[in-house]
Amino acid sequence: MLYKEISLNHVRISLVAALVLIFPVLCCPLKAQENPYFVTYSHNLEEPGNLEVEYFSTFGTQRTGNNFHSYWTEFEYGVKAWWTSEFYLDAQTTFHDSTVYTGFKWENRFRVLKHEHWINPVLYAEFEDTNGADKTLKEIVGHDTEADFTDTNGEARREHKREIELKLILSSNTKGWNFSENIIAEKNLSNEPWEFGYALAASRPLALKASAKRCNFCRQNFILGAELYGGLGDRHSFGLRDTSHYLAPVAGWNLPSGWTLRLSPGFGLNDNSHKFLLRWGVSREITGFDRILRQLFGAKS
Amino acid sequence: MKLVIVALLLGAMLLAISQSSANSVSARRGLNNLQFHLSADTYAELRKAPEKAVNRANPLENDPEAVTAGKLLFEDHCAECHGDDAKGGRKAPSLRVSEVRNATPGTLFWLLTNGVVRKKMPAWSKLPEPQRWQLVRFLKSPEIVRAAPADNATNP
Repeated sequence: MLYKEISLNHVRISLVAALVLIFPVLCCPLKAQENPYFVTYSHNLEEPGNLEVEYFSTFGTQRTGNNFHSYWTEFEYGVKAWWTSEFYLDAQTTFHDSTVYTGFKWENRFRVLKHEHWINPVLYAEFEDTNGADKTLKEIVGHDTEADFTDTNGEARREHKREIELKLILSSNTKGWNFSENIIAEKNLSNEPWEFGYALAASRPLALKASAKRCNFCRQNFILGAELYGGLGDRHSFGLRDTSHYLAPVAGWNLPSGWTLRLSPGFGLNDNSHKFLLRWGVSREITGFDRILRQLFGAKS
Repeated sequence: MKLVIVALLLGAMLLAISQSSANSVSARRGLNNLQFHLSADTYAELRKAPEKAVNRANPLENDPEAVTAGKLLFEDHCAECHGDDAKGGRKAPSLRVSEVRNATPGTLFWLLTNGVVRKKMPAWSKLPEPQRWQLVRFLKSPEIVRAAPADNATNP
């Protein structure tokens, strides 16, 4: 009975995710040029008027308790060339337990400087309304550890979290490489201390020059890199004690048809971390989403 | 909870609609006027390129495939705003003008790298340098340059 409920919920959520991804296939063309990161942000923002629809999954192992599969859908819109807004819907399935919706997040990223510099700062502000069953591991802060995930979904989802998260994103593009550093501060809006975390990443396409013909397997379509992320304690106990950390190679494949596929096996670096996280994602950017909306509302193109 | 989600979705829709309606208002005032302002702002940015950037030579000047590759990159990343034929659109000005024709490769590379982020033109530093130079080769190719009028073309 329980398994039936899990599979039904899983099917429903998967159907919604599939519909979300099918829409851009049917509506419009686009070419992507995305970095392969799952956790770290670079200073590259969404082009104004474009909408990127993304689906991501994380499979995580759990030493005490059940393994899980969390997934989220992102809608990333370029409001201005210096402002990107993003909306997330999160859910997860814990094996031998249940499938639950875990909440939503709304984030905004603001480019600070007019021109490109050696290091480019971007400010990030996010509001999260999630429950305690959230297992997306989209960022690691404070004393987040594997032991936090041992509660059943039924128990965990009783906890309601409203949080704000701020990031200072520093990022550089040089000689084909992207280097990104994120400093994270998160605050539960109830009476809990500020928690801190970090994410670092580097990536590079396999070829820097574009090919003179369209091809799926051209080297410039493949981007490889690595991410390192983890918690830095909280306001009362800042540091590495009782924190978890991960190292994750990342790979991205930007297809000429407009799809981007990402894959990242992540490895916990200490006993507080999940031993293994496998992340994968698929995204598609809809160019001129604002123009499509205008046409939907009857404006001339 | 559901109310918050609905409110957020409505907010996002309103944001999108307000942007599109703002564009529609501009359209009613005349596409030429809009293009004139876009053009003036963007072309003025070309004059802000530092001398060091202006004097940079295109390292792919002799690459026989650079123009073709640059054309594909243009179709992928630039045509939505500048038009398939680079003659300009609702969001961005024509590139078949004397300002672009007379700009040095280094100036165009500098503008591509930095964008004009306050005026909707994103920074394209996420494209590796050789791909930006390939785009510059396309913008300086006969296909674009020959179509540019000899005189200043910013007037509507």
